[in-house]
Amino acid sequence: MNISLNITETIQEWLIGMMPEGAASIVAMVAVALIYLIIFAVAGLYLVLLERRVAAWFQLRIGPNRVGPLGLLQTMADALKLVSKELTGTIKADKFLYNLAPYFVIVSSLMALAVFPFTKEFQAFDINIGIFFLIAISSVGVIGILLGGWSSNNKFALIGAMRSGVQTISYELSVGLSLLTMVVITGSLQLSEIVEVQKQGWLILQGHVPAIIAFMVYMIAGTAETNRAPFDMVEAESELGAGFHTEYSGMKFAYFFLAEFINMFIIAAVATTVFFGAWLSPFGITESIPWLGAFWFLGKTLVLVFLMMWFRWTFPRLRVDQLLTLEWKYLLPINLVNLVIMAIIVWLNLTIKF
Amino acid sequence: MSYFSNIYNGIKTLLTGMSVTGKYFLTSRKGAITQQYPDNRDTLKMFERFRGEVVMPHDENNEHQCTGCQKCELACPNGSIEIIWDRGIDETTGKKKKFIDKHIYHLGLCTMCGLCIEACPTDAIVWAPNFENSTYDRTQLTKVLNRPDSKVKAGIED
Repeated sequence: MNISLNITETIQEWLIGMMPEGAASIVAMVAVALIYLIIFAVAGLYLVLLERRVAAWFQLRIGPNRVGPLGLLQTMADALKLVSKELTGTIKADKFLYNLAPYFVIVSSLMALAVFPFTKEFQAFDINIGIFFLIAISSVGVIGILLGGWSSNNKFALIGAMRSGVQTISYELSVGLSLLTMVVITGSLQLSEIVEVQKQGWLILQGHVPAIIAFMVYMIAGTAETNRAPFDMVEAESELGAGFHTEYSGMKFAYFFLAEFINMFIIAAVATTVFFGAWLSPFGITESIPWLGAFWFLGKTLVLVFLMMWFRWTFPRLRVDQLLTLEWKYLLPINLVNLVIMAIIVWLNLTIKF
Repeated sequence: MSYFSNIYNGIKTLLTGMSVTGKYFLTSRKGAITQQYPDNRDTLKMFERFRGEVVMPHDENNEHQCTGCQKCELACPNGSIEIIWDRGIDETTGKKKKFIDKHIYHLGLCTMCGLCIEACPTDAIVWAPNFENSTYDRTQLTKVLNRPDSKVKAGIED
């Protein structure tokens, strides 16, 4: 096992001076977890604000601009309001599962964040099966949605949860296969290795045509994975009330809501890592300043997040049958052919390397 | 091979849609249609066809164009308009003529359908762009449209 905990090591070395080694490693892990939790809770809130502002600009509106300077505190105020709300529930709800479901969703999306290489040093958990871990953990979230829908004792919530199951399980295939296409080039699942390979050119350039096809398939399937419009069969305000979280209120609802936006960030961050060179700057222009990697990583991720918002506010919604036709008749065959083409290209050394 | 043409058409139409919304996104700063209402109260100008309330315009001699024909009162579907009228001697012709004493308009009943304004043969009543009509007392919503001591403009016949 080649596991290295980059930022944990730095904190751990500092702590070892003060306490025994075992305690130091546990304290270091808790500290890193808290740092991530705080950073991404705030980041999630600001993604909600970004979504609302971007939606407003697409629709020629202004968007929230009243609370705080330029409306920057709007989502903070919304979160405070949700904290102060009563946690309601239905009479015959399965109380244990009902309360457990939001934590499944939020914990699985926060766990996925641990493996991203924000810079060379800022990576909590550089596991050697990084991509596999990401795919695995992102499908745990659907259990939370299924539990939430089932235990609510509400028909709309149940239908929404079942649709979510159908959708996530189908599109999981496309996400996995399009990432596998890129793994053919890198030859490694470890995220730091994938970044290392991209020092000879980002993978979307190295793999040229099949990489671009894989990227398009990944973005479509990734949007479907996060249950966002145009694939929002799960929430479907016009048909199902609010889908699986109809019966949730207050902070439990906020967890579902936050998890949706963190999931969007995760999908964009995976695309950044695998296709666009993670923290590598274009043409290596800021290679001498390592901490600027975080800037490049977040910049690329936000561009992809914007792309997903652009999808959401442009495309009409799909019906359930169209959703499944798109996956099983179009994305999956294209993906399989694409994987073979990529394998041939790598075998014949036709990749572009600088 | 409709399979591949389907894919091509799908991508093409999606990109067309994205270019349209993208243009809106880029020009949204200049063309935002949102009115930040209480802040821009001084400069806010309502559009021409806005239906705020019915008014009766008067000229500088305190003369209106209402002949008291009561067509607006008849046209109104819910009785928002009441006209109190009388007969008097026309100064120029010496004949008996109808004139209005009070043109009463119940804004609280009005549904802004505009049938009275369509029915008016002399354009005596028109729409005003005023929309801040809320009051604390609903008796203030009953308005007399003609000003005190006003009279009909000379030469207006229905």
